[in-house]
Amino acid sequence: MADEDIAKMPFEQAMAELEKIVADLEKGQVPLEQSIVIFERGEKLKARCEALLNQADARIEKITMGADGKAKGATPLDVD
Amino acid sequence: MADLLANIEELSVTGLSGALKRTVEERFGHVRVRGEITGYRGPHSSGHAYFSLKDEGAKIDAVIWKGVFARLKFKPQEGLQVVATGKVTTYAGKSSYQLIIEALEPQGEGALMLVLEERRRRLAAEGLFDTARKRPLPFLPQVIGVITSPTGAVIRDIIHRLGERFARHVLVWPVRVQGETCAAEVAAAIEGFNALPHGGPVPRPDVLIVARGGGSLEDLAGFSEESVVRAAAASQIPLISAVGHETDTTLIDFAADLRAPTPTAAAEKVVPVRLDQLALLRGLDQRRLHGMTRFRQQARVALRALVRAMPDADRMMAERRQRLDRNGERLRAGLKDKASRLRVGLGRLSPRLAGQSPRVRLALAKARVDAIRQRSARAFGEAQMRRRTKIDGLEKSLAKALAARLALERERQLAARRRWLQQAGRLPRAFSERQLVHKRKLQGLAALLNSLDHRNVLGRGFALVRRADGTLVSKIAAAPPGTLLSIEMADGQIAARVEREAGKAGATPAPEAAAKPQGQLF
Repeated sequence: MADEDIAKMPFEQAMAELEKIVADLEKGQVPLEQSIVIFERGEKLKARCEALLNQADARIEKITMGADGKAKGATPLDVD
Repeated sequence: MADLLANIEELSVTGLSGALKRTVEERFGHVRVRGEITGYRGPHSSGHAYFSLKDEGAKIDAVIWKGVFARLKFKPQEGLQVVATGKVTTYAGKSSYQLIIEALEPQGEGALMLVLEERRRRLAAEGLFDTARKRPLPFLPQVIGVITSPTGAVIRDIIHRLGERFARHVLVWPVRVQGETCAAEVAAAIEGFNALPHGGPVPRPDVLIVARGGGSLEDLAGFSEESVVRAAAASQIPLISAVGHETDTTLIDFAADLRAPTPTAAAEKVVPVRLDQLALLRGLDQRRLHGMTRFRQQARVALRALVRAMPDADRMMAERRQRLDRNGERLRAGLKDKASRLRVGLGRLSPRLAGQSPRVRLALAKARVDAIRQRSARAFGEAQMRRRTKIDGLEKSLAKALAARLALERERQLAARRRWLQQAGRLPRAFSERQLVHKRKLQGLAALLNSLDHRNVLGRGFALVRRADGTLVSKIAAAPPGTLLSIEMADGQIAARVEREAGKAGATPAPEAAAKPQGQLF
C-alpha cells in the first residue's frame, strides 16, 4: 500500500480509514506482516489528521469588489 | 311645487352622465382601494384582465390594461386581499363605473404567504428543490464564505461560534440584507463566490453560508426572490441558508443544501468541534497501539503453543541418531558389496582377456601365418593397441562411478546430520523450561514431606506415647494403671508407668508426674 495519497487526504477520509485500520488490528485477523504495514499506515493517517486539526486559521476577511461586481481581493474585517 | 321644480336645471341623460363622469374622475382620479379579488379568470384574450374587488358590504368592477398587467411584479389571484392603486372611471353607456388599476400589491402577511407559496410550487415543479440536488457539506472546510451584512450581530455571532469550535478562514461577501437591492446583491454574491477559481488570489470557499437575522416577512422577502433561489440552487459550492429565526421560512431555505434555523446554528453545522476531534483521534490512536500489542501477544502465544506441541527432544534425537547409524552401516555394507561385485566383474573379464592374449593367438596363428609373418606382424600390433585402450577406458569409468557413489552417500549423511542439528537447536529453550518445572515440583514435594515429619511436632513440645510392645497409645483405655510406657520426646525417650487415670480430656492432671526419668535405663 503506497502512503503518498495520505498527504492530500481530506480529514474525514483519513479519519475513516484510521478507524478501519484500528478495527482490523483489534479483530486480529490480518496476517502478521500485513498488520505491521497497516499499523504504520495508521501512524501516518493519525499524523495527517493531527496536522489538519492543528491548522487553526482564524483569519476574517471581507471581499472587495471590482467595477464589474466580481471579487477583486480581500481585506481584513474586524467584526467587534 | 312646480315653482320649485322649475328652479332646478333640466339635464339630458347624456349631460348628467357626462357631469357624473367628470365629477367621479376628478374626485377619484387617484385612489388606493383595499379589497378581495373575486371573479378573476386570468387575462382576457385581448391581454386585459377583468375582475372585481369586494369587501363585506360592496363590490366594484376593476380592470387592468394589458400594458400594466405585463409590468406587474405581483399577479392577481382569486381570493387574494390586495391594495389596488388606480383611478375610477365611469362608463356612460351603461351607467356603471369601474376601477382602472395601475398598481397592485398583496395585502398583509397572509397574502404574501400565498404569493410565496405559489412561487415555491412553481420552482419546486422545476425540480430546483429536489433532494437529489443536495450536496453533502464538507466535514472540515478550510475556507468559509459568508454572505451577509459585514456589520451587525449576525456576522459577529457566526465568527464567535466558529472560534469556539474550530477557527477557520472566513471570507465575508458584504450585501444589503433588506430592501430593493437585497435579492440582486445576494444572488450576485452567490454567483461571485462560485466564479472564484481554485488556487486564485482570493481562495475559493469550500462552503457558503447565506445569513440574516430575524425580521418581518417583508424584511426577509429578498431571500425568497426567484433570482436568489435560482442562484442558490445553481451554486456548485455547498450552501447553508440561515435566514431569520427558526419559525421564518424563506424560499432560499428550500434551495439550500442545508437549512440552519439561525446564523449561530449555521456555524455549528459547518465545522466540527476541534477538541472533540482531537480527543477522538487520540482515542483511536490508543486503540491502534493496544490493538497491535495484543496482536503481537496473540502471535507469541500461538508460537509458544507450537513449540510445546513439538515432540520430546530426547526421543526425537534418538530416532534420528538410530537412523543415522543404520544408514552409516548400510553405506559401508553397500560400498563393500559394490566393490566386490566390481571385482567379480573384473575377474570375469580377466580370463576373456587372457583368451585374447597375444601369446595364445600368436601360438595358434604361428603355424598358419608363418609365411606371411612380416605382413601380419604389423596388423597384429595395431589390434593390440586398440584392446589396451578399451581396457583402460573401462577401468577409468569404474573408478569414476565408485567415487561418485561415495560422494553421494557422504552428502546424504551430512544433510541428515544438518537437519537434526537444526531441529535440536530450536529445542533447548522448551527443554530447559520443562526441567525447571520438574525441579520446582520436586522442591515442593520435599517441603511437603518435611512438614509432615512427626519429629517436627515433637520439637514443639508434643510427645509420642508407646506401650512396651511399641504400639501407639492415643486413648486412656489403651493404658490402664500399671502399664509400662515409653515416651518419645524431641531429643530421646523416657520410660514410664501408669499410676492412675487422671480423668478424661479437659480434667485437671494429677499433681505428681507418674513418669520418672528413666531414659538412661533403656
